[in-house]
Amino acid sequence: MLAFIIRRLLQATLVMAVVALIAFTLFRFVGDPINQMVGIETSLEERAALREALGLNDPVAVQFLRFIWNAVQLNFGISYQFKKPVLDLIAERFPATMELAIVSAIFSMLLGIPMGVYTALRRDAWLSKLFLTLSLVGISLPTFLIGILLIFLFAVTLGVLPSFGRGDTVRLGLWDTGLLTWSGLKALVLPSITLGLFQMTLIMRLVRSEMLEVLRTDYVKFARARGLTNRAVHFGHALKNTMVPVITIAGLQLGSIIAFAIITETVFQWPGMGLMFLRAVQNVDIPIMSAYLLLVAFIFVTVNLIVDLLYVVVDPRIRIDARGA
Amino acid sequence: MPVETNETVAARVGVAPRIGVAGRLGAVFDSDLLHSFLRSKVTVLAAVVTLVIMAGALLAPLIAPHDPFDVASLQLLDSNLPPAWMEGGDPRFLLGTDDQGRDIFSTILYGSRLSLSVGFLSVVFAAVLGIALGLVAGYAGGSTDSVIMRIADIQLTFPAILIALLIDGTARALFGEQRNEQLVFWVLVLSIGLSFWVQYARTVRGSTLVEKNKDYVLAARLIGIHPVKILFRHVLPNVMGPVLVIATINLVLAIILEATLSFLGVGLPPTQPSLGTLIQIGNRYLFSGEWWIAIFPGITLASLALAINLLGDWLRDALNPKLR
Repeated sequence: MLAFIIRRLLQATLVMAVVALIAFTLFRFVGDPINQMVGIETSLEERAALREALGLNDPVAVQFLRFIWNAVQLNFGISYQFKKPVLDLIAERFPATMELAIVSAIFSMLLGIPMGVYTALRRDAWLSKLFLTLSLVGISLPTFLIGILLIFLFAVTLGVLPSFGRGDTVRLGLWDTGLLTWSGLKALVLPSITLGLFQMTLIMRLVRSEMLEVLRTDYVKFARARGLTNRAVHFGHALKNTMVPVITIAGLQLGSIIAFAIITETVFQWPGMGLMFLRAVQNVDIPIMSAYLLLVAFIFVTVNLIVDLLYVVVDPRIRIDARGA
Repeated sequence: MPVETNETVAARVGVAPRIGVAGRLGAVFDSDLLHSFLRSKVTVLAAVVTLVIMAGALLAPLIAPHDPFDVASLQLLDSNLPPAWMEGGDPRFLLGTDDQGRDIFSTILYGSRLSLSVGFLSVVFAAVLGIALGLVAGYAGGSTDSVIMRIADIQLTFPAILIALLIDGTARALFGEQRNEQLVFWVLVLSIGLSFWVQYARTVRGSTLVEKNKDYVLAARLIGIHPVKILFRHVLPNVMGPVLVIATINLVLAIILEATLSFLGVGLPPTQPSLGTLIQIGNRYLFSGEWWIAIFPGITLASLALAINLLGDWLRDALNPKLR
């Protein structure tokens, strides 16, 4: 078990090192950092002095180590656009993205799991066919188009929900939350549906196929032979055993939810990290780009690691494999 | 290549008197595949929709009533006109006009052309890169294999949209102000292609590992054929089946990714609008009631994506021997 954890940790560190290298390459070699920081009237001597002061004349390896050392201390440099530390900018926008991501993940699980169970148990019901057709449409529609259609329907035509921003927020220490005000909650509805719809169809299809597989196994047949009620068989035996892959996928999807938030945040002008990253790409704000890359990679790697470890805890078969390997 | 109609595939593969999968595929296309295709009404409908949109895109210069790139023909008086059947509509503009007075129907035709070109080219790019790396990784094994597959693993942790945005941002920084429309187009193809190669590489590597131990490869090696030739002449045709399915589904993903990037404002510019750019333009006018600018390109994009997805689903099931 310990060896397994150590190996996973090493792998995670390797991934982070590679991402850090990419982020550093972006930061250091794409566009001259000095040109971005100073005005046109800065003299050559001043530029050279700044270059020396920032350590841009040191060997590249030293600069890379310094970059990592700074990143570990959450020092990502100064944004070219805003002339403010990148860390402050991210800290301002992190809560907005996390709230959106978590609410939409909950939404997709709450709807996706029951729909998956239903379509697996009642394969021929018309509602199942409707769900499956809708899920195919949901997968085919691009996220931004879903967002636009929702805005068109609920904000423009019906006028019941806001189409942009977070509404009123309440400050809890360092965290700006929109979950405690009515307008904040209303503002969350459309973006989280937009963001969660794809995950919902994914979870639904996954639960359905896992359920169909489990329902064919011997222990389910045996449970039926023992005369257990349908409910006990379906939910006690079958659903419980589909949960391992579902939790894995849902966990891994949290990472891509954060990345897909770029699109949703742009459609709804949601003041989160995704929107900031997009603006950074448009305006070539390299410090924000590389910091976002590192941050997202860190979240991905951490989630992956936790899911892997949870897997071992939940499923004893993997523990045996890990020991054997 | 990916979305060849079944008729052309049948014709092409059917007449090839090759043994191996090409021959097997040919037999399948001749009999079962064609039958299962004609049996499923949804699939036939999907094929028709795909063909209509593709034909429209291909023949855009011939059938479009207006040329949206001819700035001289645009008149500001014609801007933001509703579709022809609505009050205030103009019979010259079937689906209305956008903010510059461009005919929506024509811009959709030209837009699908761009969307499909970016989609096809990036799928081809991703497939060629992924297949080559997958073949090499599977055949060579050892450290070559682990280096390629580790890179693939790392890339797989990141969603395609993020990778495409990063490559686009880097290109922006490198080329600065000299960016022109041609360059933007190829940067788009490159960034979408680079974000999709992993799937091909993994699939092809898997099949190569199986194929390389078979007798025909051994025989080829024994008579001293060069490994590169073995890979491309002998192994490659036998691992193409799954690649076809991936490519079909990837085409949808590539088209959607291009539309998304254009919508986000980092794809094709408003002077060369793809479907995504058109939706972005229309999105600005959604609140003032000019819904047709965004909705018609949106419907086109959605039906194209849905139709190709349905074709891909059908192809996957039809090629899966377990389901037959």
